[in-house]
Amino acid sequence: MLKIENLHAGIEGKKILKGINLEIKAGEVHVIMGPNGSGKSTLASVLAGRENYEVTEGSVEYMGKELLDMSPEDRAREGVFLAFQYPVEIPGLSTTNFMKTAVNEIRKYHGQEPLDAVAFLRMMKEKMALVNIDQSLLSRPLNEGFSGGEKKRNEIFQMAMLQPKLAIMDETDSGLDIDAIRIVSDSVNKLHNKDNAVLLVTHYQRLLDYIIPDFVHVMYNGRIVKSGPKELALELEEKGYDFIKNEIDVAEEA
Amino acid sequence: MNTLTYFQEQFNQLQRTDAADGLIAIRKTASDAFNKLGIPTTRNEEWKYTRIGGLFNKEYQFDINPAITSKELDDFRLPAHAQANEIVFVNGLFSSTLSTIRSSDLIVLNLEDAAKNEYRDIVTKNLGHSVHYANDGINALNTAFAHGGVFVQVKKGKSLANPIYIYHVSNARSGNSFSQPRGLIHVDENAGVQIVETFVTLGEQESFTNQILEIVVQKDARVEYYKIQNDKSTASQVSTTHIRQVEKSFTHSVVISLDGNIIRNNLNVVFDADHCESHLYGLYCLQNNTHVDNHTVVDNAKPSCFSNELYKGVVGDNATGIFNGKIFVRKDAQKTNAYQSNKNILISETASVNAKPQLEIFADDVKCSHGCTVGSLDEEAQFYLVSRGLSKQSARALLLQAFAMDILENIKPEPIRKYVEQLISERLEIDVL
Amino acid sequence: MNDVVLSNIEKTVLSDYKYGFVTNIRADEAPMGLNEDIVRFISAKKNEPQWMLEWRLKAFRQWLKMEEPVWANVKFPPINYQDIIYYSAPKQRPSLNSVDDIDPELKRTFDKLGISLDEQKRISGVAVDVVVDSVSIATTFKEQLSKLGIIFCSISEAIQKHPDLVKKYMGSVVPATDNYFAALNSAVFSDGSFCFIPKGVRSPMELSTYFRINAENTGQFERTLIVAEEGSYVSYLEGCTAPMRDENQLHAAVVELVAHEKAEIKYSTVQNWYPGDKEGKGGIYNFVTKRGICLGDHSKISWTQVETGSAITWKYPSVILKGNHSIGEFYSVAVTNNHQQADTGTKMTHIGKNTKSRIVSKGISAGVSNNSYRGLVHINKNASNSRNFSQCDSLLLGDKCGAHTFPYIEVKNNSSIVEHEATTSKIGEDQVFYCNQRGIDTETAVALIINGFAKEVMNQLPMEFAVEAQKLLAISLEGSVG
Repeated sequence: MLKIENLHAGIEGKKILKGINLEIKAGEVHVIMGPNGSGKSTLASVLAGRENYEVTEGSVEYMGKELLDMSPEDRAREGVFLAFQYPVEIPGLSTTNFMKTAVNEIRKYHGQEPLDAVAFLRMMKEKMALVNIDQSLLSRPLNEGFSGGEKKRNEIFQMAMLQPKLAIMDETDSGLDIDAIRIVSDSVNKLHNKDNAVLLVTHYQRLLDYIIPDFVHVMYNGRIVKSGPKELALELEEKGYDFIKNEIDVAEEA
Repeated sequence: MNTLTYFQEQFNQLQRTDAADGLIAIRKTASDAFNKLGIPTTRNEEWKYTRIGGLFNKEYQFDINPAITSKELDDFRLPAHAQANEIVFVNGLFSSTLSTIRSSDLIVLNLEDAAKNEYRDIVTKNLGHSVHYANDGINALNTAFAHGGVFVQVKKGKSLANPIYIYHVSNARSGNSFSQPRGLIHVDENAGVQIVETFVTLGEQESFTNQILEIVVQKDARVEYYKIQNDKSTASQVSTTHIRQVEKSFTHSVVISLDGNIIRNNLNVVFDADHCESHLYGLYCLQNNTHVDNHTVVDNAKPSCFSNELYKGVVGDNATGIFNGKIFVRKDAQKTNAYQSNKNILISETASVNAKPQLEIFADDVKCSHGCTVGSLDEEAQFYLVSRGLSKQSARALLLQAFAMDILENIKPEPIRKYVEQLISERLEIDVL
Repeated sequence: MNDVVLSNIEKTVLSDYKYGFVTNIRADEAPMGLNEDIVRFISAKKNEPQWMLEWRLKAFRQWLKMEEPVWANVKFPPINYQDIIYYSAPKQRPSLNSVDDIDPELKRTFDKLGISLDEQKRISGVAVDVVVDSVSIATTFKEQLSKLGIIFCSISEAIQKHPDLVKKYMGSVVPATDNYFAALNSAVFSDGSFCFIPKGVRSPMELSTYFRINAENTGQFERTLIVAEEGSYVSYLEGCTAPMRDENQLHAAVVELVAHEKAEIKYSTVQNWYPGDKEGKGGIYNFVTKRGICLGDHSKISWTQVETGSAITWKYPSVILKGNHSIGEFYSVAVTNNHQQADTGTKMTHIGKNTKSRIVSKGISAGVSNNSYRGLVHINKNASNSRNFSQCDSLLLGDKCGAHTFPYIEVKNNSSIVEHEATTSKIGEDQVFYCNQRGIDTETAVALIINGFAKEVMNQLPMEFAVEAQKLLAISLEGSVG
């Protein structure tokens, strides 16, 4: 589904990603872990097409097409979803209205008729139940005055509505208490199936108590320095990132 | 003699006697501007709420050489003056004999002398910059008569342990006094200084001070500026403080107005470089017929600057408080953060407040906000305190003091802060008894 | 990278004026220029009684002594008042009994505007008065309204048929010599709407006027007067358009509202005069004086405006809160694009006790336009326990436009509370990207954000207008809304 080859990218002339290689197949859950500043969130942003990042080298093949050539909205329409680390507030615009616009824009892109109000509401009800979110939250202006947990649940609700093929979740666990993590993880597990894939970006192992990954990748200094099965996450948790850092720094000096 | 005719004669004489100095061109331009603009009237938007025409219809004694001794000033000195550099103006003229300079890192000269020697460039380049922010004759009038002023230089890399106190003394013992002090302070790279300015009128006649202080702030320099207005009810001032941050630097100002007749303060902060920062605070706590008009301008001429402004007013009796705050964000000043807030409490039936907080924004990537409130003391809070056993008076005093505290705690030199706190609590108690 | 996103946003805000057609109707005009004879000509054309002519002449003589105001934050070359035609009536002349009598060409005009009179009549139940250039063309629903005692007709007709009411109220809120443009209007006004709601009557439908400037070189000087007697209610709408012309055209209207005890007047405007082209050529100068007085206790006047048109707007719908417990409201969205300039806001004058006012102003600037809010809140000495809340927000699109806020707050009473808040922000790149990431293109994202920004004001508009206004916002700022 997704094949990242030798991806280099940065911001304002500063190099952050220094040659990322990663392949994700349908049905898989991947986790990227790493210390602060290792480039995890940059990778998520580059994949979603955030404009202030500059790709200097490499390619990203998504469903047989070059992802980097697509506009951010077309990536979304093709099924790439980014759950934001810091969801944006838009005063005056309700989540409902926002989602109705998004769903119908995506349908239009795929040559489908727009959903009418009734069909849309039916779909919304269904997804609300799935991710366990309250109607009152959806009538409020998008993310405005939401708590951290509310914002993250709203992201998951949007993910349920848009049914992406590839969901990239950028530090979705940050700032959540354990109950909120459980609710968010449950929803993600419900949404995951053999046709889609999930890429989790996180600093901590605790999310992985609830979402079981197929692969764990450790990122450091702009590269994936280590990959392995889910047990790698536990090892990291135990030994801390310093152990990786030391390992790499020693290797590089040699 | 008519005041305005007097000005013209004085001006001609001044230009003749001091023809050689570097100020002559600056004065000439200002004099032409004054003749064109005249005394501002309330038709001028910037003077909508303050009439000063009346101040020019009085007879003034233009006493340029009053005999005032250092001892006579002792009653008026600010606390901790023994450690301060004291600069004294009498009737608008810098008096080197009454002034005391304690810091070796401080250069204090006659403005005319500075304009002739090694500081000539600094003076000619910076003196009169405030005119770009005052579309009126009153600024021009001071500049036309720029003489007997003071030039101060804080040396590069030096943080002064001793603050600078500036006293504007008006001798109104035998007649009304009119004076026009002028100062230029140049704070060099990576220097730090605290400046406190105050006004003193001697005698029972009226005084009118039209004063301009321009402060130039160089790279990484830190300037704290305090103005305390607690003069007699016969004392009027148009007091302009023009702070220009020519390189990345930090400034902090607090303007306290307590007593006087008609007071107009112009405080300009100009960001002429990226990443400058300024904090502006003001408190006007007024009684009787005092009229205080605070005009502030924060000009974001360059990107990525930060300003935070908070002015508060407690206005009683027949007093009038005016706040006119303007924030400019120029075309290229992206990433500007500018906040402004003005809060007023009216504590009498006959007091009034006029506020005009303005934003003028020409760049799009900015965060700016202003807020303004005018109201009476929060009755709910008063009731809360009373229900805990306080008398209504002390509840009021306490709440007003708390209201003022936001500003007072920004006066960093402790002796000055304590002094002002004392003045305020006296004021509030007098008011509520 | 900043530039890319911005230019995208900017691209989406460039759109053309959709109402710029000229209708080919023969007009009956006054000669160009202004002098006492023209004033007499207009008065005679309208068969006015002597007192009305004298009122006009008095205003005219006063106007000659006045000077054009300069304090607004707008710039334009001097107006030559002798270059304007002060009276132009579509030739096919009035006394129409029904909408069906209207010149078919004119009817098509309204169809193009999206106001089919027939349709209005049939479906929406909105009574419409139509003013083209200077003359009222048609008023619908007259009969039904008159059964309730509501008078809704052109001001010319009111002068003929209800002289006492006109004499009593005209100029009582905006005196003939109130300001330069009001004086000019008082001298040369050619028509407008008159509306009178008798005691205790709630108007069963929205009353509405559509204004259109059609003829070349003409100024439009209409005058509207609404009187709501004790305990009555009326919601009034006005809409405006003009053809595209290279030269600037002057529109100097006066609107007066009078609300007696417990009466409520809700006045909504969607103003879409021609704004000029992308280079700033042409467009309407919209210099309007609108003022209402809450004369009686517990009365209420509410202004809502959506301003997207005009090259220059100079407009401050105001409320004098004279009655105790009276309420004044002002809700405004002002959009400026290209070279448009707007200096608009309100004046709330609190005189009575326990009076309340609320101001919500949303300014949106794009292109190289300048958008200013100018508002005065004045609390009189005796207006105890009065309250005002003002919220002024500005949204900037692109880096060549300007947003300015000039609130004036004057408080002379210590039991009153005045609060003012203002913010300025831009459409954030992060907001646009967030929408993009959900599959919404930039153009649609901008529309969503703008509608969100303006929502508080849009919600105040009557349903019939809200849709149109939302469309207008979108048209002024974008190609289309998805």
